[in-house]
Amino acid sequence: MNKLELQGVCKAFGDKEVLRDVDLSVAQHDVVCLIGSSGSGKSTMLKCINLLVPIDKGAILLDSAKITEPGVNANQVREDMGIVFQAFNLFPHMTVLDNITLSPRKVHDIPKRQAEDRAKELLARFGLSDKTNEYPDKLSGGEQQRVAVIRALATEPSLMLFDEVTSALDPELVAEVLNVIRGLKKEGMTMVIATHEMGFARDVADQVCFLDGGRILEHGTPAEIFTNPTEPRTEQFLQRIIDAGRL
Amino acid sequence: MTEPTTVGGGGPGIFGPPPRRREEGARGALIAFFSTLVFAGLALWAILSSDAWPRVQQQFFNPRHFTESFPTIARGFWLDIKMFLLAEVIILVLSLIIAMIRSLRGPAFFPLRALAVTFIDIIRGVPLILLILLLGFGVPALQLPGVPRSALFWGLTALIISYSAYTAEVYRAGIESVHESQRMSARSLGLTQGQALRYVIVPQAVRNVIPALLNGFVSLQKDVALVFVVGIREGVRAADIYAARTFNYTGYIAATLLFLAVSVPVARFTDWYTDRDRRRRQVMSS
Repeated sequence: MNKLELQGVCKAFGDKEVLRDVDLSVAQHDVVCLIGSSGSGKSTMLKCINLLVPIDKGAILLDSAKITEPGVNANQVREDMGIVFQAFNLFPHMTVLDNITLSPRKVHDIPKRQAEDRAKELLARFGLSDKTNEYPDKLSGGEQQRVAVIRALATEPSLMLFDEVTSALDPELVAEVLNVIRGLKKEGMTMVIATHEMGFARDVADQVCFLDGGRILEHGTPAEIFTNPTEPRTEQFLQRIIDAGRL
Repeated sequence: MTEPTTVGGGGPGIFGPPPRRREEGARGALIAFFSTLVFAGLALWAILSSDAWPRVQQQFFNPRHFTESFPTIARGFWLDIKMFLLAEVIILVLSLIIAMIRSLRGPAFFPLRALAVTFIDIIRGVPLILLILLLGFGVPALQLPGVPRSALFWGLTALIISYSAYTAEVYRAGIESVHESQRMSARSLGLTQGQALRYVIVPQAVRNVIPALLNGFVSLQKDVALVFVVGIREGVRAADIYAARTFNYTGYIAATLLFLAVSVPVARFTDWYTDRDRRRRQVMSS
């Protein structure tokens, strides 16, 4: 049984087609990396999966249940799915602890004490215990993004989505965030990751999808995509990445 | 790094400005003080030496009339203050609810949104004084069973309705100033629209519009006096009655001083708060 499935998903903003007939299967415990230039539809795809952006055509299935049907409670679907954004999007008026416990307490009705204990446990695991009562603007970008990951994990989702989570970070802070994702892979988390970090994608992905103009032009194992691309567009894209010294 | 500067004449801290600057600051304050003294003296002298001054003093600044009128006017003014405080509390809550309704997304909430927009448009389009007359005289005249017939009640209601419409727009500006990504991130965590507004958007929105809200305080604190048109004996009406009886306007001045005694400090506080907030944000974003 696939954890997540996209069937012929289309999405347009006005006349601009952002996703064209996208099919994707993600098995349980699989890590799928989405690569491709900016504007190729990676971000939109993740937002569609999280139901933050409604799709125009096709279907998205989570644990074989259609979540894009009308009448499906989007809030309930999202409870089982965590998403982390490029710009962290922490709540600036709340401490780190409150950021993490908001959803468990208000959405999942977990008692305050229990939610906080669990949050502190996660903070300790990710080496952020000393930031528990800080406000986000006192944290470095890498720390903020790790808190954002913890916040998404706090509701114990079975699927995690990452939307270019290292693109807004200073280069020396990228590793600490990527290591967190590597850790999640070891624990068997199912993940869909949009990324520009090709080395990381090659290292962590079970499946790599190359998006171009809203289509999945090519997909396969990292070895297939990075060493033996069949599509000229993929080759071009990878060549540019290599020229930039990023692979 | 920015150079340390003296702000508002605050005393030097441990890391106070260097001596040269401090001397300059002290000299500047001294010059400002004396020039103000000279200027105010000249203005006062010009007024007091004018031919019309004795008549002005008799009509507006008459000590006897002041002491005679003051107690009644102060009692009326106390009613103004009570009305202001009560109305402000209700307005702050009511307008926030209206603004939140107006900010709901999705076709299902269209009727609620339309209702909020219609309310705001109509109420803002009607002169406040007309609304007070309409409700203050109109509703009691209906003599409906179970409906209050006090002009004070309905006058105050008109004031609350009107200010709520304006204040709702202030809140809405605040809500829209919070970046869309905050809403998205809240929704992605499974929060409903209402929860996202309540826990994530509104707390940030309110912080952004506190100066504008305080500005509304100053305005309302004076506008409560308008309920006198439906026969409420508040401060201005008390002064008016005194003037009509004695043909002396010192009572108006007494009322003026009372209003100023409250509104000037609030205005100063607003400025101080806005300034402090701005500086904090600059520190944060640097």
